[in-house]
Amino acid sequence: MKRSTAIIALSAGIALGSLMTTTAFAAELAIVAGATGKSIEMLRTQLDAFEAKSGHKVSIVTMPSSTTDQFGQYKLWLAAENADIDIYRTDVIWAPQLAKHLVDLTQATKDVVGDHFDAIIESQTVNGKLVALPLFTDAPALYYRKDLLEKHGAKVPASWAELASTAKLIQDKERSAGNSGIHGFVFQGNAYEGLTCDALEWVKSNGGGQIVEPDGTISINNPRAAEALTMAASWIGTISPKGVLAYQEEDARGVWQTGNAVFMRNWPYAYALGNSADSAVKGKFDVATLPVGKSGDSSAATLGGWNLAVSKYSKHQEAAIELVKYLGSTEVQKQNALLLSNLPTIKSLYDDADIKSQQPVIPRWKSVFLNAVPRPSAPTKRSYNEVSKEFWTAVHNTLSGNGTAEKNLAKLEARLIRLKGDGWK
Amino acid sequence: MVSGLSSMPTQSRLSNQRTRSAWLFLTPMLLILAAVAAWPLFRTIYFSFTDARLDGMDEAQWVGILNYLEYVDYGDGDGEYFGLLADEQWWMSVWNTLKFSFVSVFFETIFGVIVALVLNVNFKGRGLVRAAVLIPWAIPTIVSAKMWAWMLHDQFGILNDILLNLHLIAEPVAWTATPDTAMVAVLIVDIWKTTPFMALLILAGLQMVPGDVYEAARIDGVHPVKVFFKVTLPLIKPAVLVAVIFRALDALRVFDLIYVLTPNSEKTRTMSVFAQENLFQFDKFAYGSAASTLLFLIIAIITIAYMKIVGLNFDEER
Amino acid sequence: MPKFVREVSFYVLVTVIVVISIFPFYYAILTSFKSGTALFTIDYFPKEFSLQNYAHVLTEGSFVRNILNSVFVATSVVVLSLLLALTAAYALARIRFKGRTLLLLTILSVSMFPQIAVLAGLFEIIRWMGIYNTPWALIFSYMIFTLPFTVWLLTTFMRALPLEIEEAAIVDGATPLDIIFKVFLPLMWPAMVTTGLLAFIAAWNEFLLALTFISNDTQRTVPVAIALISGASEFEVPWGSIMAASVIVTVPLIILVLIFQRKIVSGLTAGAVKG
Repeated sequence: MKRSTAIIALSAGIALGSLMTTTAFAAELAIVAGATGKSIEMLRTQLDAFEAKSGHKVSIVTMPSSTTDQFGQYKLWLAAENADIDIYRTDVIWAPQLAKHLVDLTQATKDVVGDHFDAIIESQTVNGKLVALPLFTDAPALYYRKDLLEKHGAKVPASWAELASTAKLIQDKERSAGNSGIHGFVFQGNAYEGLTCDALEWVKSNGGGQIVEPDGTISINNPRAAEALTMAASWIGTISPKGVLAYQEEDARGVWQTGNAVFMRNWPYAYALGNSADSAVKGKFDVATLPVGKSGDSSAATLGGWNLAVSKYSKHQEAAIELVKYLGSTEVQKQNALLLSNLPTIKSLYDDADIKSQQPVIPRWKSVFLNAVPRPSAPTKRSYNEVSKEFWTAVHNTLSGNGTAEKNLAKLEARLIRLKGDGWK
Repeated sequence: MVSGLSSMPTQSRLSNQRTRSAWLFLTPMLLILAAVAAWPLFRTIYFSFTDARLDGMDEAQWVGILNYLEYVDYGDGDGEYFGLLADEQWWMSVWNTLKFSFVSVFFETIFGVIVALVLNVNFKGRGLVRAAVLIPWAIPTIVSAKMWAWMLHDQFGILNDILLNLHLIAEPVAWTATPDTAMVAVLIVDIWKTTPFMALLILAGLQMVPGDVYEAARIDGVHPVKVFFKVTLPLIKPAVLVAVIFRALDALRVFDLIYVLTPNSEKTRTMSVFAQENLFQFDKFAYGSAASTLLFLIIAIITIAYMKIVGLNFDEER
Repeated sequence: MPKFVREVSFYVLVTVIVVISIFPFYYAILTSFKSGTALFTIDYFPKEFSLQNYAHVLTEGSFVRNILNSVFVATSVVVLSLLLALTAAYALARIRFKGRTLLLLTILSVSMFPQIAVLAGLFEIIRWMGIYNTPWALIFSYMIFTLPFTVWLLTTFMRALPLEIEEAAIVDGATPLDIIFKVFLPLMWPAMVTTGLLAFIAAWNEFLLALTFISNDTQRTVPVAIALISGASEFEVPWGSIMAASVIVTVPLIILVLIFQRKIVSGLTAGAVKG
């Protein structure tokens, strides 16, 4: 069937001349993805391979790399049943919010889902429907300066309190030694999704729950959460610059990579960059799991990552699913791991010899993201973005000294209860 | 008497003809404007009275003014108001917008007049200066916002470096981070960016002032400052007033600058940012539509009030 | 005040204006020559001079094509809106009929709606017209912000022209079209060029509609293309390339200003106040 349409299209193409030759392929697909440099180049070469193998033709539509920008656009396009885009590259938190417009991949991928980590597959399953296939995953770590810790005889902090005292100690000693630009700890303190990630880690690792629990209960207004936020607020202006309240990932990395921070909380991408030729911290740092809170018992890292979803309004759903499966395959994920240091979602790749030798950091991250905490996007369903906004606003207010943690969390709880109404929708 | 009677019909025929051609001239413009604007505007206002969500517009149900105001009775004699009119975040964004618009338009007008007067003087290299002045306006907002975000950075920002070197500040200021300075940062960028717009419009007004007016004043030996207030200002007033309207309309709807510079700061959340969040980020399309509609009403009231106050009226003949 | 002091203070003022205007742009140029960790250090003067960022911007993706798209879209928008606005402005400024202020207010009201709110409705129309994903989608939708603005400005400027000019033409039997194009147009050049320039820049810089109505990398316009310039990984911001691209797209506008600036000043009078 497919071949015959191809032949008809081919002859029609020849008849209509060179302008129409593109119709000669079985299907023309469009995949939309946030522009992230090398990953787009990589995607292109992978798509070329796919084109050669399948006979389909795929074009990339690039989008700004900010996930908030992407989300608004995708939502609009999907709401308008846009048939021009077949495949969307989706953030891990979007699944419940976009599920309605996405094709159920459960049947088509039942042969491969077993290869992926269950938790990640589960994060993309909405009401029993698998709406997106994982492409890679992400989990942050604590970056620390080996050389400075050694110099001042400190060890890698296991708790946030230790981190604060070590950071203060080294910062003060370095400053009095003339290194005036140094800061103890940098993280993502801007009022945006990144702060939700950071603060969720503080709260969760202090035994304060995960804002909204999997069963939908609003748990954030508790003493342990307040304790965690009060602790974070005490960092501002002491071990962290005041400007951290406007930092996103890149700002933190900038301070870090110019050698001006002892500790940094960031995603794995900063590892490769920190070791690049012109980096001031090249070879001087290492990573560890994030610290544990005073009242908590284990470290927590927020789960990130990207997935591929097929639009219900695509005219070539079969071909699109074929492509999604190809891009999520072991072979392609391995490529991404080797060249982009993306964390694979396929279990077996963590024992892969090539990855172990070329990207030794990846196997070390396995334990980090296996303990990763999902943001409450599943229980809060379509309200997640608003829940997240309310949360980061409360946290940002606390950090900037605008009200106590207790007061801000009580206010947050009231707002969330109102948002929830008679149940998350 | 006889001649008066005969001339009346010709005159009204002429003015009838002119009215007809007026509508003929206006029609294409009005048609395009209706096509591009009427439907979206109508839809937005309509959706503000429904429970529409972005991915379910066809199932939208009429809910009356619930998005604007709703009294929820708890049944025990107690109750609470909900809706946009009772939403403190909305009113905060209204206040932020008004503050932002007033301050930015005020300074832009003053700086715009100064720059326009300078550019109106004949001096060597005027062409280059004029091009240089236009640069801030010519850089795409998303780029200039990023550029300034970089310059305002607390660690790598050149602004802090300059101020530190001049000993105007003792330690780096976290411009966009601290709630107190976030609005100042946004204002600095906006004034920098849009003063050229004002300057260029006022300059065009200045250029259309007949030169003999100045000559006369010069010969009479009137002080230049007096010439400005007595002669120049009244003549460029229409251009300034209209420039102010359009700047104010843009300022009241400000979105992209804040979206890039301080997207989530409560202190700089304006009405448009509030609307955008609800329309596209949150699942509250109807609520966002209501915010857009209110925004429209607020701007309309301000514009009409402004036109009344400054006496901008196109019906009267000069 | 002695002439000397007056002149010196005048040139000081000019210098201040120029420095404030171009400093961020100068800093952008400076940044565009840097790469890697050097981006995070503050310099006032160029230390390295690498055109690598420019080469990167011009060769990767379809940036040159994007510039051409922008030129086409912005020029079409300006021509179309000036044409529509000039005739409309004549009617609004020169012909007496009831409800002119109301009509002008209605036109203005289009500019009172946040663009973000009309996005969804406009998207429906554009798909219905079948121009989605073409430059026409942008040319059409940009009318929503250029038309009210050009109509208002040209109306204001046209009202400022003396009545006698038109009366003389009417006596000579000129038609309204003659009056617009033969009598008023030559006098209106400063206003036309200024308005056109402002409309051009507005269209050239528009981002939101361009991002929404075009989902095809080669059809996109410059601001979107700049926003799509990306670093090597998820969170990395490629400042060098972004600044290089900004410099590249600002240059055509500067040239445009230099070409048209004679028109901006040579109106009824050549600049009259002297320092």
